[in-house]
Amino acid sequence: MTLEEWYRQDRLPHIYCAGCGNGTILNCTLRATNELGLDRNKTTFVSGIGCSSRASGYTSSDSLHTTHGRALPFATGVKMVKPDHDVIVFTGDGDLSAIGGNHFIHACRRNIDLTVVCMNNTIYGMTGGQGSPCTPYGAISTTTPYGMREMPFDLCAVAEAAGANYVARWTSYHVKELTLAIRAGIETPGLSFIEVMTQCPTSFGSKNKMRQVSQMVDVLRANSILKDKADRNKAAGIPLEPGKFIVGELVRRNNPVLGGRS
Amino acid sequence: MTDKTEFLNGNTACAEGAIAAGCRFFAGYPITPSTEVAERMASRLPKIGGTFIQMEDELASMAAIIGGAWAGARTMTATSGPGFSLMMENIGYAAMTETPCVVVNVQRGGPSTGQPTMAAQGDMMQARFGSHGDYSIIALAPSSVQEMFDLTVKAFNLADRFRTPVFLMTDETIGHMREKVILRSDVEITPRHELVEGELPFRPGVDGVPGFGTFGHGLGVHVTGLTHDERGYPATDSADLHEKVVRRMVRKIEDARNEIADVDIVNPDAEIVFISYGAPTRAVQQLLADYPGIYGHLNLRIVWPFPDAKLGEFGAAKAFVVPEMNLGQMAREVRMHTNVPIVTAAKLGGALHTVAELKHAADVAATATAPVTEVVL
Ligand SMILES: Cc1ncc(C[n+]2csc(CCOP(=O)(O)OP(=O)(O)O)c2C)c(N)n1
Ligand code: SF4
Repeated sequence: MTLEEWYRQDRLPHIYCAGCGNGTILNCTLRATNELGLDRNKTTFVSGIGCSSRASGYTSSDSLHTTHGRALPFATGVKMVKPDHDVIVFTGDGDLSAIGGNHFIHACRRNIDLTVVCMNNTIYGMTGGQGSPCTPYGAISTTTPYGMREMPFDLCAVAEAAGANYVARWTSYHVKELTLAIRAGIETPGLSFIEVMTQCPTSFGSKNKMRQVSQMVDVLRANSILKDKADRNKAAGIPLEPGKFIVGELVRRNNPVLGGRS
Repeated sequence: MTDKTEFLNGNTACAEGAIAAGCRFFAGYPITPSTEVAERMASRLPKIGGTFIQMEDELASMAAIIGGAWAGARTMTATSGPGFSLMMENIGYAAMTETPCVVVNVQRGGPSTGQPTMAAQGDMMQARFGSHGDYSIIALAPSSVQEMFDLTVKAFNLADRFRTPVFLMTDETIGHMREKVILRSDVEITPRHELVEGELPFRPGVDGVPGFGTFGHGLGVHVTGLTHDERGYPATDSADLHEKVVRRMVRKIEDARNEIADVDIVNPDAEIVFISYGAPTRAVQQLLADYPGIYGHLNLRIVWPFPDAKLGEFGAAKAFVVPEMNLGQMAREVRMHTNVPIVTAAKLGGALHTVAELKHAADVAATATAPVTEVVL
């Protein structure tokens, strides 16, 4: 199979805005499935609702575009019935952690054998730029016109605490690392959570003084601290600066799995 | 294999019916008075190659059975009123995506958490109209433990035949009462009409129902709750397409009312006719036994789509009496299809109608002239 065959060609072009990071993440995901040589007929994509969740519609294999926040329980049903399928979930930060927050915690606790790719643009893109549980403190959104006054979620920390077997974070800039992380996630039994910090020029950049896509990607890159470096800093007593985040493989473990291949 | 006769409660018989029908995936969340369905499935499914999962809530349970259905299993969940309310968004998704699945609602007193251990029939309109938008569903109403078994089997067959969520609208009385039940070993199973290569996953076949594109068959089916074209691709901007899609999905069920209808008709020449479903059917049956040959009875085993043509079988009817454990939800539907006066005999709180109460309602009906008369029991 070729990479192109993983795309539902007759649905392209996609609906994403110019400069949106979601297309990059979809590319990395399908590159990973293709490189691993997954059986397209035994691969299912599941997503909730949001710009990010539209990604399932551009894959050529079976796919479920479900309801807002509920992708994980739908995917759980698929996986429990078809344990020999690779089930990959596309979700957004709002979809996963606001309306779907409880499902997220429980999917990680069950450590069900799914690969979850979260496109975290720190905003609600599809509904036009409202604040999300991942909107940075102080950032402007249409529902936080005076600046966000709630602290954001650290989704990887949630996944780790709740029990996921594999947790990694990258950005839309790190395409090679991201592809490898998704590969590792698919190969690791249990719940794999891959968070991708990404740019939404339309709803986030425009309100937060980042009109250029390149500027947004530069900021993502500049704010990324590799895990090794962060560990060294921590050992030396240097705290993570506000606004920075750790990228890399954060967790890989072998806890008991639900719904895995027997 | 031979039939087994057992003395079971209704909820357990429902679980056995599901297993006999080939249900191999159950996802649920505990709620009184439905929990025995889940408990029986939890103990039985792993032994026969099926899967049980207790989800974090009812939204997740409904989502999981839809996912499981696309993965190829016959799937079911069971709940009661508050959980049924939580399922509504995903029930609409199942209707829009034409996903066959079965939802059991063992009704209890509402609104809200109401009376957890008492029977009611207060969710009949929610079953029909609870999710947003226009759609149609099928709902069955057992009135005995045997029917809990038999109608659960039937629910799965109807779900596959019409590619729709099907509800078993039962209540605490039937769920918890124990009766002799024959666990049939030779139940009829309607095969799912599978999508074949070259067909489109949302193009209606000869009977208005598209073939089901089970995942894993190499068909690459895309399923979305958005308005979609026959390929299953989102197409949300066309007024014409939306109208066509929604009308087809409603029509595939409404046009089959007569095929779907499942009723008992007793004394069709009677002047006073009872219309009942679920637990009140038992009280009506007792009244008819106590006063033989006087009253007519239309017992509905299918409540949605409402089998309105069956009202016409009672040509001599001067009044219909509708005893319900709600304030007249199905009586309102009966009213839509007849000009014969209707007497509603509503009873809340969980106790069954007594024969004396039904007799009183029948006496009122004998002189009723108003379109709708409510008897106070
Ligand atoms: C039950 C429900 N509530 C609200 C919505 C409206 N809605 C659609 S997408 C969305 C937010 C999506 O944000 P996110 O998950 O961050 O994805 P993005 O669009 O940014 O990729 C909301 C609130 C909905 N579809 N369903
Ligand atoms: S609104 Fe934002 S997230 Fe949505 S497609 Fe446009 S850029 Fe991407």
